[in-house]
Amino acid sequence: MSMNNVGRPTRPEASNDDAGFNSLSGGRGLLQDEPLIFELGGWTKTGVDLPDVVPADSALAGLTRDEPIGLPGLSEPEAVRHYVRLSQKNHAIDLALYPLGSCTMKHNPRLNEKMARLPGLSDIHPLQPQSTVQGAIELMDRLAHWLKTLTGMPAVALSPKAGAHGELCGLLAIRAAHEAAGNGHRKTVLAPTSAHGTNPATAAFCGYTVVEIAQTDDGRVDLADLEAKLGDHVAAIMVTNPNTCGLFERDVVEIARLTHAAGAYFYCDGANFNAIVGRVRPGDLGVDAMHINLHKTFSTPHGGGGPGAGPVVLSEALAPFAPTPWVVHDENGYKLVEEAVGPAAQAFGRMSAFHGQMGMYVRAYAYMLSHGADGLRQVAEDAVLNANYIKARLSDLMSPAFPEGPCMHEALFDDAWLEDTGVTTLDFAKAMIDEGFHPMTMYFPLVVHGAMLIEPTETESKAELDRFIEALRLLAQAAKAGETGRFKNAPHLAPLKRLDETLAARKPKLKWKPVAPAPLAAE
Amino acid sequence: MRYLPLTPEDRADMLGVIGAGSIDELFVDVPAVARRSEPVDLPHHAGEIEVERELLRLSRRNRSAAEGPFFVGAGAYRHHVPATVDHIIQRSEFLTSYTPYQPEIAQGTLQVLFEFQSQVAALTGMDVANASLYDGSTATAEAVMMAQRVTRKNKAVLSGGVHPQYVGAVETLAHAAGVTTHRLPAAIDAEDAVIAAIDADTACVVVQTPNVFGTATDVTRIAEAAHAAGALLIVVTTEAVSYGLLKSPGAMGADIAVAEGQSIGNGLNFGGPYVGLFACREKFVRQAPGRLCGETVDADGKRGFVLTLSTREQHIRRDKATSNICTNSGLCALAFSIHMSLLGEQGLRQLASLNHQKALATAKALAAIPGVEILTPRFFNEFAVRLPKDAAEVVETLAAHGVIAGVPYSRLEPGAGLDDVLLVATTETTLDTDITFFAKLLAGAVQ
Repeated sequence: MSMNNVGRPTRPEASNDDAGFNSLSGGRGLLQDEPLIFELGGWTKTGVDLPDVVPADSALAGLTRDEPIGLPGLSEPEAVRHYVRLSQKNHAIDLALYPLGSCTMKHNPRLNEKMARLPGLSDIHPLQPQSTVQGAIELMDRLAHWLKTLTGMPAVALSPKAGAHGELCGLLAIRAAHEAAGNGHRKTVLAPTSAHGTNPATAAFCGYTVVEIAQTDDGRVDLADLEAKLGDHVAAIMVTNPNTCGLFERDVVEIARLTHAAGAYFYCDGANFNAIVGRVRPGDLGVDAMHINLHKTFSTPHGGGGPGAGPVVLSEALAPFAPTPWVVHDENGYKLVEEAVGPAAQAFGRMSAFHGQMGMYVRAYAYMLSHGADGLRQVAEDAVLNANYIKARLSDLMSPAFPEGPCMHEALFDDAWLEDTGVTTLDFAKAMIDEGFHPMTMYFPLVVHGAMLIEPTETESKAELDRFIEALRLLAQAAKAGETGRFKNAPHLAPLKRLDETLAARKPKLKWKPVAPAPLAAE
Repeated sequence: MRYLPLTPEDRADMLGVIGAGSIDELFVDVPAVARRSEPVDLPHHAGEIEVERELLRLSRRNRSAAEGPFFVGAGAYRHHVPATVDHIIQRSEFLTSYTPYQPEIAQGTLQVLFEFQSQVAALTGMDVANASLYDGSTATAEAVMMAQRVTRKNKAVLSGGVHPQYVGAVETLAHAAGVTTHRLPAAIDAEDAVIAAIDADTACVVVQTPNVFGTATDVTRIAEAAHAAGALLIVVTTEAVSYGLLKSPGAMGADIAVAEGQSIGNGLNFGGPYVGLFACREKFVRQAPGRLCGETVDADGKRGFVLTLSTREQHIRRDKATSNICTNSGLCALAFSIHMSLLGEQGLRQLASLNHQKALATAKALAAIPGVEILTPRFFNEFAVRLPKDAAEVVETLAAHGVIAGVPYSRLEPGAGLDDVLLVATTETTLDTDITFFAKLLAGAVQ
């Protein structure tokens, strides 16, 4: 053993077998167990220094709280440590490939974060005089211009707060258009079985009955079935394109033609616009309304589940029914139209208070400017190239759901290749965690048994793709070799083992409750 | 292009592995009429320097709240957010993760959501809270939809004190779902009118406290009237800091409490993203919208957290789901939770008192101006004043002199006949000199 001159060993001793090693305190090196703030904090502790309050006469007598609220406080160092420790229990795009199909987990440029924090864009109020926020309204107008140009559509409603909110906006515009034309009796929406769950949920929310459209063996809308189901009762079709199987709807122009011929509108779920941005304009396909998830195609951060943003582009026919607010500009500057009166009277209402997700608009606009028309086209091409590369390199071991022809931005496998291994899609996904990757989307779309939907996005290098592919190949070989223990108990190396979801649902425990006596009350 | 790692050599190699002659072969399914051979008519890519220049140009054309006296509220409030909050929410593991579909590698997000739900339940005085919705207005609309599911009745009564843009969001959703809305005329103190409007067909009563005019109300009597008619009481709060001083919705008999959570942890951001708080009685939880995080154990018996009761949700129930919502407002909920942890019980109470005192001082200064009348009888940190002139004009005049005086009520509801009403909000960021300068300018403007 080498020693330095005070006796400190500088080389490790030969490794012993660490199997079954447990620390004495339950600690796990860098991975800390972390209590709840309710177990850490104190009633009288605070991490914020505020000036003392000099009470004055108040008219709130009888309206004030007389009971404790029950909120623990943490000093700043305790708070920082609590949240940093928790953060280390999360997978993230910044750590490794995060191939959740249909979610588009791509790199989030930090420039966009910096721009969104400029005081002139972040520290402004939605209701301060419009004359004092001309730059903000101009930014909304610029964003609208880019979205309209990229989609080839004449109008956009910016305010929806997420993809599902955008779907709602689009269907409400369609509904308003039908009612204005005396077609309020159209109460059916057609959607393929492969649709995102939000599609039927949104349609039902709007009072529509949802009828499923059959799918062909090659994963597309069955035109004959669509034609048979269209009619005077149909308000709209909702079709995702590229669809949730990761395939472009080859017959999309014909789908639009049939839909319009039946007097219905074509709602396109734009969740997968990132596969075609800059190469295909949905306006050229006959789409009437399409939401764009700014957090997918234009890379605003997913933030652990929101906030998103879901602007909706609209065709000429639907544009008059767009919700307030929207931007107009003339020689006097930019203006937000906030009320559905006068020439705007056909607007169906508003989606929410204020003007939408400005913080996301800034990030998306910075992303668009950074990429430009040329870069966005390259985004689509690289996203599609990466997905096809994964499909090509895994097809000998795993079974692609639709082996014929190219996929778009995501590669879909079924679980036929796992037959007789005793390993399920869930097991395989959990084993990926041990290899350092976030699992793919699993068991979706519903039309493919044991579905595994892999979306790499364009921001993965070839080296990272190869590392991912190699890990999946090793896992696939292990599954076929009968190493079921590797899968059944996976993940082995995550902060926790598999969690009991049945217990959570059977006896819901949705908030912290003090165990008597309340540990904090002792202070 | 700095965000795209593939080199031309990589692309060529990969096409070779795929067996495609060119990238165009991968887009072969696109109909010929829609294939574009050239980029669309927009500028080409730009470096960080150019992008910063453009965004800075736009930002400089806006007057930020920090630049001077600022009294704008009406549903969004400028509070001081501790530096720690923004630092933590920018950690990669929070910023660049997604909905915790794989709980084994998302315990950070899940524990935060569990803590957030616990904080929101405590603040609102309710049994359970969800993992957040988009914002206060959509949370209100979701609450109305939930009341329809629970009561199987189709009428919502909305107080004349509910924020008009919240009313707009509710009407959009309610009318689509076949719920009729009965919104009472704008009223500064509206309790009796609300009680009179409740009937046997009423599914829910929506009241806001403090309301859009700033009036704080004990809604206990409304709760009793609603429950007597078999209706649910939905209590809306747009200023979450008020929870630190005022009775909670739960203590006053609310069945569902919704709020805009922006005030805690989140900046103004010109209206979004914000964070909707949603809490309800336990017996209604299976009718609640949105994500719920629950405690459980892992295979080794260790405590952990998962998304739960998801059989309510769209990805399982599709057209039978309780809502179409797919995400929450995760990062904003995180910011809320961090700020609330830093404040703690004591900090929140002190912050709330400070806000209230600033409003009292401002009201006192404005009431001394001849012709200016304070309309709100009981307020927290926002109140309505009647001016002897059109409020929107006064706001423009004062803005030209560096003071953003508040929100003219006519901007929220143009036809209400309240063109002379100005909504004035204060927070802990309001300086005494701001109040003095505002009062001086306003006195000059209304002469």
